Amino acid sequence: MLPEAKPKIGNPRTRAMLLSALYIAQEQYGWLSPEAIQRVAQRLQLTPGQVYSTASFYTMFRMQPEGRYIIQVCEGLSCYLVGGADPLIDHLSKRLKIKPGETTPDGKFTLQIVQCLAACDCAPALKVNDELYGNLTLEKIDELLMELSEK
Amino acid sequence: MFEPVLTRNIHRPDSEKIATYLAYGGYQAARKALLEHTPEELIEIVKRSGLRGRGGAGFPAGVKWGFLPKDPQIQKIVAVNTDEGEPGTFKDRQIVENDPHQIIEGVIIASYAVGASRAYVYIRGEFFLGVKRWIKAIADAYEHGFLGKNILGTDFSLDMSVHRGAGAYICGEETAMLESLEGKPGNPRLKPPYPAQIGLFGLPTLVHNIETLACIPHIVARGAEWFASIGTKDSKGPKIFSVSGHVKHPGNYELPLGTPLNEIIFEHAGGLRGDKKLKAIIPGGASTAVLTADQVDIPMSFEDLEKAGSQLGTGAIVVMDESTCMVEAARRTSKFFAHESCGRCAPCRIGSVRLYETLDRIEHGKALADDIERALYLAENIDGRTFCPMGAALVGFPRSTILKFREEYEYHLLHKQCYVNQH
Ligand SMILES: Cc1cc2nc3c(=O)[nH]c(=O)nc-3n(C[C@H](O)[C@H](O)[C@H](O)COP(=O)(O)O)c2cc1C
Ligand code: SF4
Ligand code: FES
Repeated sequence: MLPEAKPKIGNPRTRAMLLSALYIAQEQYGWLSPEAIQRVAQRLQLTPGQVYSTASFYTMFRMQPEGRYIIQVCEGLSCYLVGGADPLIDHLSKRLKIKPGETTPDGKFTLQIVQCLAACDCAPALKVNDELYGNLTLEKIDELLMELSEK
Repeated sequence: MFEPVLTRNIHRPDSEKIATYLAYGGYQAARKALLEHTPEELIEIVKRSGLRGRGGAGFPAGVKWGFLPKDPQIQKIVAVNTDEGEPGTFKDRQIVENDPHQIIEGVIIASYAVGASRAYVYIRGEFFLGVKRWIKAIADAYEHGFLGKNILGTDFSLDMSVHRGAGAYICGEETAMLESLEGKPGNPRLKPPYPAQIGLFGLPTLVHNIETLACIPHIVARGAEWFASIGTKDSKGPKIFSVSGHVKHPGNYELPLGTPLNEIIFEHAGGLRGDKKLKAIIPGGASTAVLTADQVDIPMSFEDLEKAGSQLGTGAIVVMDESTCMVEAARRTSKFFAHESCGRCAPCRIGSVRLYETLDRIEHGKALADDIERALYLAENIDGRTFCPMGAALVGFPRSTILKFREEYEYHLLHKQCYVNQH
């Protein structure tokens, strides 16, 4: 018979709270710094390794500092078909003077490419933080940038 | 004229509120289920209705309910899949945002039928409004006594909570979703054991897509025979089709299963933009094989699409007109899957990236002489050889474009430019 496994650390009940805890830590620290990971591990009685392996798996957890406004442009098929994706990404790249994946030097904007925001009915679409914008044109993007820059 | 069932309330003002839901007969089915039916009767009703899962695989719902152990000593769980990540699909988001109580009522009935005392909702991290709507709806359902202890004065109790994912397509796969709910990276589990045997926290778990759950109150209220009278032989009930791409009116259209694809595209979605010629259609989301324009009269049912070598999938229809380059469509989609592979098994982790690189070379005029064969070879060796069904999902569409539009690939290879732009 196999000996019964006795986990010393990593309570499954607290581990189930990990994604929520990571969202809270990310909100407080701005990103999941080693310090934030340590803190979450302590609070949930998990190892930093357990916390890191989960945090790094999910794209919505920031493992490095990012801009205040994270712009995610959809390059999915339905957005591409109606003239979205690449032209919008190129336009934003030019306006913000950064490549996809980068953050503006003032820490205001991060540009990211994603696929399908489940908004194909109002393609082309993008997201800024938690807000969804659809039926985009280059003019609408300019307006949006203007609005965000003034905030 | 078919009267919408699942979407009948979503255009009303304040459709997401419990007061609106109650005003139009909401929670009457839960009352009927709990007060007039035994759990066994409900399982029988759902079996007789012919309802099949709307999350992609189309498994008969009542049969799945029957798989959970009957022993009341064993705690059971219902897990609600709102992860909706299949490119082209946007039906679940609309139901959650506009009619969340319909799903909660389905969850109550399903939980009572399988003897579950706890329900977990998993929602895609990006659905911020959806998260808010879920939380509010659950709180209101508690306040009205539809959740919590001794629901409607019976001895049935159910607790329900919402858990937000964090950006990983694979977490829509049911076992990866369970891992994620447990706070782990979303790597799928080996099946069997199925979640109905060993699921969340090791307990028997019933996993359903929310569109499946939304059907339940209507089946209980109007009867299995009514539900089974809609649709085709093997595909019963209403279905929400998400239509996007080159159509005049993209959107969600709720219609009976088995509605011909051309009716959906030309009558409901208004036909093609600029009245261009139809070229190809993805019938069930980015992981399903493409159909050609001459297949457009196909009934949108599980069995008819399978016969045509594709799948109903999530019912997400992506319409492409004559100006579409199929190589580019395949390249773009394979990029998504290469990014979303969870990395657990080699055929998918490495194969998905190699497939994308191969299609990328062909599209950009940098192809090696045998790249078309390479792409097919990769597809053959990924499909069916992976740990979870992601392998089949990722090759479905690209492979079908090579088989059905091979001349475009060859043109790209030979002329290092696009076939469509030259014709
Ligand atoms: C790669 C992959 C992704 C999936 N994504 C989803 C999803 O986002 N939503 C969903 O409901 N089902 C998804 N599924 C299907 C689920 O594994 C599962 O079959 C479904 O949630 C069961 O519910 P149903 O019987 O109501 O369809 C996915 C499956 C695979 C293989
Ligand atoms: S097939 Fe892909 S997604 Fe599924 S376990 Fe293997 S690597 Fe992960
Ligand atoms: S493809 Fe862009 S939102 Fe679906």
